[in-house]
Amino acid sequence: MSPERLVLLALLLPFAGALLIPVFHRQPNLREAVTLTAASLLCVTVSSLLAPVLDGARPEVSLVEVLPGISLALKVEPLGLLFALVAASLWIVNSIYSIGYMRANKEPRQTGFYVCFAIALGSAIGIAFAKNLFTLFLFYELLTISTYPLVVHKLDAEAIRAGRTYLLLLLGSSLLLFLPAIVATWVLAGTVDFTPGGILAGKLGGPAIALLLALYIFGIGKAAVMPMHRWLPAAMVAPTPVSALLHAVAVVKAGVFTILKVVVFIFGIDTLGAQGLSVWLTAIAGTTIVIASIVALRQDNLKRLLAYSTISQLSYVVLGVAILAPISAVGAAMHIAAHAVSKITLFFAAGSLYTAAHLTEVKQLDGIGRRMPWTMGAFAIGALGMIGVPPTLGFLSKWFILTGAMQTANWLAVGVIIVSTLLNAAYFLPIVFRAFFREPPAAAGGHDHETGEAPWPMVLALSATAAAAIILFFWPEIPFSLAKLMIGE
Amino acid sequence: MSAVWPHLPVLQVLIPLFGALLAGLLRRPTPAYVLATAVSWVAPLIAGALLWQVVQTGPISYHIGGWAPPWGIEYRIDVLNALVLVLVTAVGAVIMPFARLSVAFEVGEGREAWFYCMYLLCLTGLLGITVTGDAFNAFVFLEISSLSSYVLIALGHDRRALLSSFQYLIMGTIGATFYVIGIGLLYLVTGTLNMADLAARLGPAWAEHSRAIVAALAFVTVGISLKLGLFPLHVWLPNAYAYAPSWVTAFLAGTATKVAIYLLVRFYFSIFGIAIDLRLLPIADVIIVLSLAAMLIASLVAVFEANLKRLLAYSSVAQIGYITLGIGLANQAALTGALVHVVNHALMKAALFLAAGAIFYRAHTTELKELAGIGRRMPLTIAAFTIAGLGLVGTPGTSGFISKWYLMVGALGAGQWIPAFVIVASSLIALIYVGRVLEIVWMREPSAQMAAVGDPPLSMLLPLVVLSLATIYLGIDTEWTAGIASMASTILLGGLR
Repeated sequence: MSPERLVLLALLLPFAGALLIPVFHRQPNLREAVTLTAASLLCVTVSSLLAPVLDGARPEVSLVEVLPGISLALKVEPLGLLFALVAASLWIVNSIYSIGYMRANKEPRQTGFYVCFAIALGSAIGIAFAKNLFTLFLFYELLTISTYPLVVHKLDAEAIRAGRTYLLLLLGSSLLLFLPAIVATWVLAGTVDFTPGGILAGKLGGPAIALLLALYIFGIGKAAVMPMHRWLPAAMVAPTPVSALLHAVAVVKAGVFTILKVVVFIFGIDTLGAQGLSVWLTAIAGTTIVIASIVALRQDNLKRLLAYSTISQLSYVVLGVAILAPISAVGAAMHIAAHAVSKITLFFAAGSLYTAAHLTEVKQLDGIGRRMPWTMGAFAIGALGMIGVPPTLGFLSKWFILTGAMQTANWLAVGVIIVSTLLNAAYFLPIVFRAFFREPPAAAGGHDHETGEAPWPMVLALSATAAAAIILFFWPEIPFSLAKLMIGE
Repeated sequence: MSAVWPHLPVLQVLIPLFGALLAGLLRRPTPAYVLATAVSWVAPLIAGALLWQVVQTGPISYHIGGWAPPWGIEYRIDVLNALVLVLVTAVGAVIMPFARLSVAFEVGEGREAWFYCMYLLCLTGLLGITVTGDAFNAFVFLEISSLSSYVLIALGHDRRALLSSFQYLIMGTIGATFYVIGIGLLYLVTGTLNMADLAARLGPAWAEHSRAIVAALAFVTVGISLKLGLFPLHVWLPNAYAYAPSWVTAFLAGTATKVAIYLLVRFYFSIFGIAIDLRLLPIADVIIVLSLAAMLIASLVAVFEANLKRLLAYSSVAQIGYITLGIGLANQAALTGALVHVVNHALMKAALFLAAGAIFYRAHTTELKELAGIGRRMPLTIAAFTIAGLGLVGTPGTSGFISKWYLMVGALGAGQWIPAFVIVASSLIALIYVGRVLEIVWMREPSAQMAAVGDPPLSMLLPLVVLSLATIYLGIDTEWTAGIASMASTILLGGLR
């Protein structure tokens, strides 16, 4: 099949899955087979784009011209392919995990759950392959809307309140800031296509360009740059597979991916560098990194802790961009993959703890590692990836970002990375320590008869992602070569 | 065919007029309904043919009774009013199947034939305003459509419909009076009522009669603004929309205010704007400020409304603000945005009011607090409502986004930061009021008395689904909406001084 067909197929597969899933509403096994098939096919499709893109092909598909000069169009470039690869491959793992989780916890409305999940994945692919800001914006909003039912899945008062925060902050920021920024870009440049080197060079300068950049950075609420981050902890009321794939990978990565695209292909790294905006961007990202880490330090609920850790880690990507050195942009792109595999592992572990032992708080985890060695072992690997310790991919991405910071003598960024590494260690290592080295609490009341690990699909999934975090340290060629291509090397 | 072809402009008006007469004579509900449907389905064919003709060969001038303008009445059709004709007739045609059961339920025995008679008269009036090239003739049709709509509103099932209708009658009459005073002043100054002729003669008269012309402009503006519901002249609108029969609300929301907007555009860009430099007068600023106020205040009021139909009515006032904002900004992109929003808003608001009508048909209420969880009982109806609601917010992929895109480009392109900000701020408020409804209908537990409620019959469901799918379709394929709107605004702006 030609690469162009593959691109179209990649976009259509998840949506086709979403249409087919309700057909098997009454046959759960077939229904889950649809999800797994769609995910596997998607992964194969996206992977087979790898060879042509590494060879320099940039397949594009134009679907329809919506407004004069603005088309609904797709174009695969290395960074988008990296994001799509991460999302597609983790969708398979996450679906296996979801099946275990949703069934073990006897969750209601599972058909709707899988439908929304497939639509969300399709939107993520649309974002990854968007040729222009308009197409990206369309799928960006679709991603918000399709994940909203997943956030309010429980339909209790807390979930509905969280859903309100989720929708208002994400749609609100995109309507109020992101959209005006896109329109302003269109008015200034006469195009909204992602173009190497940017489209705004020489179009505006001084405070105006800073303002436009601010509209983008804060308007892309999915990147959870403070103070736009509150939707992410709120979204933790969703079932854990949602938090794992969507609110640690697809949705949030869509945010930082968009920021990366805007900075590299709309503004252009050189244009921003010439305006001296690196310091401001660094300060914004650095503030989020440090504050979110401090907040995470104080969390007792495991999923909320992970959410704040995500907020902090996302701004690493923004920081990597902010340094405006090519090597740190590579690090930023790689961090998208690095954080994805590590954070999904951590969420899988959290969901596994909830399913097998009904544990949600950090202080309940004493000695749990002896009972659930696989889960907590994977958790430990995920935590190492967050801190950035070898042998995990997280080390490599941090290394590149740090190198870029040193090259450009951006000491603020260097300081932020050091402080946050220490903070990450401070909130992750005690959990690992608790789980393995503390005595389990004496079974109070005698109702704690449950033993052993979570259901096998969940253990399989979390072991796979933990292994991926390590394997990618030794063989980082795929993310690395894609990231390098992004900056044109 | 060739004998009929040149007379299409007048047939557009005459067929519904005679249909109305006949419906009144038939007296029985079913034949009257069939007749009204037949007329409603023929009308868009004529309108479509006119639009095609205008796009192909340029404006059409039709002389009533063979009397040449400016002495005789001229029907003059260009791209702009052909688009409005297609819109009005299409809305009527699409929502017609919904009427049968809804009207029988809400209007009641014995009055149905009169209802369809009044509907056809209203359609006559609206189409007449749109086709005519004569300012006084437009007044006559304005009165025909207004008087019949007072009756239509008064036929609502709730007794408050009478009061709302009366309120609308008072306000509408004041509006019509203002309009006719404005026309009278213009006639005094120029001695003509033909729009094209007025445009030609006002310029030379400006030096001598500038004060009278400014007064005429003010009277016409206020008069039409009353009819189109420009803030703060909108006070009749929420009650009229809330208590009229549901189907009437859908029809009026999709057509009546839109035709009034057309008339305003016609006066600004084809008469006054050609004759005099409107930038010398503060008229655009006034329109822009009022539009911005409508977009913010009416949206905020909608957030706190307890009744679904009133909520949608206030949303209409706000959305009309978007349209008048585009008229006030008066550049290519903004005017295109205004005209395309005339079409897009008409279709999505008709869908929303039809959904409200379907809910009323099944659940016998449109009070929000009683609609908890109704989405699980009427999934298709509420799904259609959701799509049209997203269009109201302006989510990309819906027609509402296209309108907002053009308006934003128009505002930012002219360096107008405040209107641009208000456009997005108002979208955000729309998100809140639409989201509030969606949360109630989808997320809450359905109450016990809604247990037996289900989606309405196909005849009601189909128009609703078609209109809501149009919201998506027109968000992707904009060739016929934005394309023609852009063509129209090029012509309108090209004639300006």
